[in-house]
Amino acid sequence: MICNLRKVGIVSSGLTKFAKTEVSVESLMISSIKPIFDNTKNLSQTDIDVVLTSTNANEKYLASIVSELAGISPKISHSVESLCNSGTNCIVSAFSYISSGLADVALVTGAEKSNSPGLVLNWDKSRGQYRHPIYWSSLFTSSHMRKHGTKMEDLAYVSAKNHRNALDNPYSYFDRSYSFEEVMRSKNLTDNVRLLDCSMPCDGAASILLASEDVIQKFTEDPVWITGIGQRTLSAGFARSKNLSSMYSTSLASQDAYRMSHSSPSTIDVAEVHDAFSICEIMALEDLKLVEPGKAAEFVKNLHDTNNKKINPRGGLLGTGHPLGATGIAQTIESYQQLQGTAGKRQVEKAKTALIHNMSAAATSSTVLILQS
Amino acid sequence: MSRFEEELKNNNFVCSECSKCQKIVWPPSEYCNKCFSGVTWRQVSRNAILLEYSYENGECFCLAELEGQIRLVGKILEPNKLEIGQKLVLEKCDYDGSEKFIFKTIE
Repeated sequence: MICNLRKVGIVSSGLTKFAKTEVSVESLMISSIKPIFDNTKNLSQTDIDVVLTSTNANEKYLASIVSELAGISPKISHSVESLCNSGTNCIVSAFSYISSGLADVALVTGAEKSNSPGLVLNWDKSRGQYRHPIYWSSLFTSSHMRKHGTKMEDLAYVSAKNHRNALDNPYSYFDRSYSFEEVMRSKNLTDNVRLLDCSMPCDGAASILLASEDVIQKFTEDPVWITGIGQRTLSAGFARSKNLSSMYSTSLASQDAYRMSHSSPSTIDVAEVHDAFSICEIMALEDLKLVEPGKAAEFVKNLHDTNNKKINPRGGLLGTGHPLGATGIAQTIESYQQLQGTAGKRQVEKAKTALIHNMSAAATSSTVLILQS
Repeated sequence: MSRFEEELKNNNFVCSECSKCQKIVWPPSEYCNKCFSGVTWRQVSRNAILLEYSYENGECFCLAELEGQIRLVGKILEPNKLEIGQKLVLEKCDYDGSEKFIFKTIE
């Protein structure tokens, strides 16, 4: 199905520190775009054919506003919104414009405010009065515990590991880590979801510059290529999920991404997975086939005990914070840095292939990207 | 308020059903999502099956299924020895800006 596509690579990136601020969405975006212009050789505004914005904010004409603020007159500009996987879906759109030949260079920028309207999906009547995401995560947790014997301790290792990884991420929301014991003692929101099992909505922005294989050498000698893409939406309503102990859209999206990139779970050196809640990392590892079903808890405990950063080296959503429209782009930036060998203290040695998993609304939709150096 | 919400407020749980192929369309919609024919509203059986549950501050919430296909999240009053697959009854529904579904267990 996929044939004669031009290769698309990542040229450079920019981030803002995740925080709670009074700054507007467009200002956050511009703050994360500035480093791209500061750090990319030979880049001028006239090189950029496409500007795409990723956010759940109710801002109108945002891609045009950001283009004006950045002095760009793009051929194509628009917003992409799909709740929590807006960021990677925005990258997929930019990839498509470039690979098809409609464009050579695309700027993708995502941002969110901590009070985003994307935090709750009011359309979903099936959620009744239980609209907040903690309720689906609690039902996922009940189901995974029932099927695989997962324990509260297993969930605490996810959060403690990711909070510790985030300490080495200068853009993280948190400026301290939380130990296994602190996660275990944190306040219960439901019987099986504690406060520290939840990612923190916050302000933040992330931007990434993509270019075609035909022009990329003008801007970098060291590109990272997007070689695999899978995106699958099964429904919008939570209650359509067939099986609450796994995320089927993630499984399907990853199969497409592995196939497109001619890779497999065993070739993944480093992965960013969408740990909106602790249970989500455990389920994602199983659905991405990085471990066998029911083995993720043991795998995560081992990562925690050995300080292995293979999964969520930047700290995941739990450790870094979750500005919805920026998250998928920030995950992609981490993977890009890992493959460039520029991730500093977070660096996974000899990483050649990276996977990004980004999902929305109880995994009714998932996006998986695979990057290769 | 939509028809669905008005009915909920009167403790009636109705759902859209395709007038041509009889498929239940849930969450409610104007058109069938299989054949795009128009829908009619009909009463839904109050008998439900428990699919999953958890607790918040001592209150039980659950995912339940009605008529083998309508799934929704609601509260279980007086939960006692819950088992997945057990029978529930939709005791009450309401609407006050959000939908409310309240179940009871059946002995």
